[in-house]
Amino acid sequence: MEFLVDAAAWFRDPHNWQGSNGVPARVLEHLYYSGVATLIALGLALPVGLFSGHTGRGGALAINVANIGRALPTFGLIILAVIMMGLGDLPIFIALVAFAIPPVLTNSYAGIRAVDPDIRDAAEGVGMTGWQVLWHLEVPVALPLILAGIRTSAVQVVATATLAAYAGSGGLGRYIVNGFAVRDFPQIFAGALLVALLAVLIELVFGRLQALVVSEGLAARTAQANADAKMTSAAA
Amino acid sequence: MSALYQAAAVAQTGEALIRWDWVMRHDERIRALFLDHVELTAIPVLLGLAIAFPLSLSAVRWPRLYAPLLAGTGLLFTIPSLALFVLLLPFTGLSRTTAIIPLTLYTLLVLTRNIVEGFRGVSDDVSEAAEAMGYTRPRRLVNVELPLALPVIIAGVRIATVTTVGLVTVTAVIGQGGLGRLFLEGLRFRDTTPLLVGVAGCIVLAVLADLALLAAERHMTPWTRRARS
Repeated sequence: MEFLVDAAAWFRDPHNWQGSNGVPARVLEHLYYSGVATLIALGLALPVGLFSGHTGRGGALAINVANIGRALPTFGLIILAVIMMGLGDLPIFIALVAFAIPPVLTNSYAGIRAVDPDIRDAAEGVGMTGWQVLWHLEVPVALPLILAGIRTSAVQVVATATLAAYAGSGGLGRYIVNGFAVRDFPQIFAGALLVALLAVLIELVFGRLQALVVSEGLAARTAQANADAKMTSAAA
Repeated sequence: MSALYQAAAVAQTGEALIRWDWVMRHDERIRALFLDHVELTAIPVLLGLAIAFPLSLSAVRWPRLYAPLLAGTGLLFTIPSLALFVLLLPFTGLSRTTAIIPLTLYTLLVLTRNIVEGFRGVSDDVSEAAEAMGYTRPRRLVNVELPLALPVIIAGVRIATVTTVGLVTVTAVIGQGGLGRLFLEGLRFRDTTPLLVGVAGCIVLAVLADLALLAAERHMTPWTRRARS
């Protein structure tokens, strides 16, 4: 259990809480990469997913994106992006966004498609326009799965951003990469612990958020939706 | 935007992204890493099945266990793989075990979900008919319900397998990794050739494994094929 003592010592060392390599700075950096990438992916994937779900077009595309996304080795592609485009934030963001898209796209599509056609007919029958059907019926009913997709993306981006440290990015992955480089095991262990905590924390925060915004009648679907959505993420 | 310019410059100078002579010279090593990758994928999926089956069958028998089971395996799935590998280092060191334990844990969510859904999808009429014919509970499970649940279960195994192929590459960081070792090599020498070989190898392996499992499913559930045609 000596490593626990070492790791505790690492966390107690004030040096590890200050400056650009301190825990607060690294956590913020990690949240910055993850947050920006998730938001860009949302902006790109959510409209496409909702629209194709609403019209029923592009279903094969959504399913194929999910399948290909799962088969692609995240770790290799993020390194490839940096070698081909040079060190810097742009290739990192491109890779992070690319891997954040499939869960949002496929789950928003699947969520809208799964809305009971009878309810959709009824909504059209009472004179709702296409937009109204989408905003007042399909999106609220599909919300458990849509949010589960966003949650999956956000958590997966945290993991991918950790791997991105190998490709030269900042964030909490730096502790692991730098630690391996100088065989500083307390630092490696502390970094891994912080990454795991951050991912679990984001997962739990999203869980609370889902509980707040999803209609009570659909709450039972949330657990299942979360499990389903996780399967659409790439391996990281 | 300098990164984009650099990418454009690389493309313009015509520097080959993949040098085939490197691939030829390293074909034996690539083959060995591929086989290593197959092993690092197969062991966790098989172990995962061995663990997920009893868990799922209990959740089918006692439905109240299902939600906590999904939540628990889901939370495990949330932990970034790099972190989980590293967190095991103090216990199991730079060994194959350190790779296999997290890889196995990650398969549990998909496998549990699909095994439970598979058994739940078996029509009650079928189960009751089997019971009326004198099947005992265990025999009914193995001879009647399991075959009917197989398509959904194998769909889960396919997802778990393809996901594991990708995750194995991260274990290169702890000295394992199969084709993932080529990623670190490409990184060290700023060389796209080993990287592309590694990425392509992973995709080929994922597709082959997926097709093999699909063929296995067809073979094990001949009645679905007849119904389809």
